[in-house]
Amino acid sequence: MSELSVDHLLGIRGLTRDDLELIFKTASEFKEVLNRPIKKVPSLRDLTVANLFFENSTRTRLSFELAQKRLSADVVNFSAASSSVKKGETLVDTVNNILAMKVDMVVMRHPHPGAHHFLSGKVSTTIINAGDGTHEHPTQALLDAFSLREKLGNDLEGKRIAIVGDIRHSRVALSNILALKLLGAEVRVCGPATLIPKHMISMGVEISHDLDETLIWADVVNMLRIQLERQGDANSIPFFPSIREYTMNFGLTQERLNRLDKQLTILHPGPINRGVEISSEIADSDHSLILNQVENGVATRMAVMYLLAKR
Amino acid sequence: MDSQVLINEEQFELIIDRLAHQLLEHHDFTNTDLVGLQPRGIILAHRLKDKLLKLLGVSEIRCGELDVTFHRDDLMMRDKPIAPQENNMNFLVDDRNIILVDDVFFTGRTIRAGLDALLAYGRPKKVELAVLIDRRFRRELPIEPTYIGKQIDSIVDQHVKVEWKEEGGLDRVLLYNSKPE
Repeated sequence: MSELSVDHLLGIRGLTRDDLELIFKTASEFKEVLNRPIKKVPSLRDLTVANLFFENSTRTRLSFELAQKRLSADVVNFSAASSSVKKGETLVDTVNNILAMKVDMVVMRHPHPGAHHFLSGKVSTTIINAGDGTHEHPTQALLDAFSLREKLGNDLEGKRIAIVGDIRHSRVALSNILALKLLGAEVRVCGPATLIPKHMISMGVEISHDLDETLIWADVVNMLRIQLERQGDANSIPFFPSIREYTMNFGLTQERLNRLDKQLTILHPGPINRGVEISSEIADSDHSLILNQVENGVATRMAVMYLLAKR
Repeated sequence: MDSQVLINEEQFELIIDRLAHQLLEHHDFTNTDLVGLQPRGIILAHRLKDKLLKLLGVSEIRCGELDVTFHRDDLMMRDKPIAPQENNMNFLVDDRNIILVDDVFFTGRTIRAGLDALLAYGRPKKVELAVLIDRRFRRELPIEPTYIGKQIDSIVDQHVKVEWKEEGGLDRVLLYNSKPE
């Protein structure tokens, strides 16, 4: 098989296991390209990609842009803060105007869950989801799984992966759960009860509110950031009493790891709040795949764009 | 399916022997590397390497495996993406003599992409091309092989298939009147 079953990457939902395998296979070839003296191939040189970021991003945006440049695509960048969106233009109008300038592919981050799905029915171009609100962030899940396969071997069947932290506000969590389940892994979410939505039960994952017990269970922990920007305003009831209390209960520290008789593999999608969900010494340790994740992000995104490019 | 044997097992062995000797006429392999093109060029490259090691009595000749997929000129003209294959080039080619190796040479487009892909690993001193089968009179680009196993005349609709022991076949070359399913 050399083709994905979808025309857009709206989320991990909708992909098949074969799709994931094809993306991983292609990404590993692109990773080899990234380690050559000349890190560029002409594969997408007749393609123009627009990166539309309606929400802030550093890593994802840079990673997508580098991936596009490594594939020789032409790139235009757009950020909502400095655009006509502020003047009241609708999403469909904005995108259609950009497409009128002969753009072939749109990579978009948007604060509204489902924005990409909505758009895919309105415009005729390939759409890649770079994060839609608290819904999905498919390329992050793909690069996480790719990094895990590099470390643990290609078969994640039966591997135990715990996702810890702010599950409620995390698009990374949802996409990761979907991808890992598709690959046959066992998934558990762990965090304060207020930050784990009820619908997690229907996704076939275990739920825990005890980090130490979860660490004993797990082979891998994916530590999520507390999304301070999504915790409501000053007048709303907070999801947890204080950052200090959160760290005491759910922060990954060396002391916690020392109590285990095994080595855990550590993931973190970034940006890290050092000393909150993860201590500096663990983030910088050999068992942390954090920088591998960033490196693999470029290769994975190259693979997705290569496979989805309209021919 | 109509097919005829162009090269049988016995001739196949002789041809690879001759190619290896021809390479030795021009190279002592102190500054020369083999680079096979995916998928079946690498089988020929490794066969040549094994012969050369025996003939020269040395322990190592570098042999890279190059995949040209990302450098093809028809990537965006196809209905489906082309799945890439493994690229295994663990050396740089700066100032080296490089012998590109492929099984069937036809329009020249694969070699064009191969030259492009090769340049990502440096600036070789010289690049030559060794092929098992040359389907002559079918060139679409001004590229010609340096070492040729056998030249054949064929029409576009015909298909040349090289079978390898490494892939579970006999060592032989077949000519089909149309592309087999």
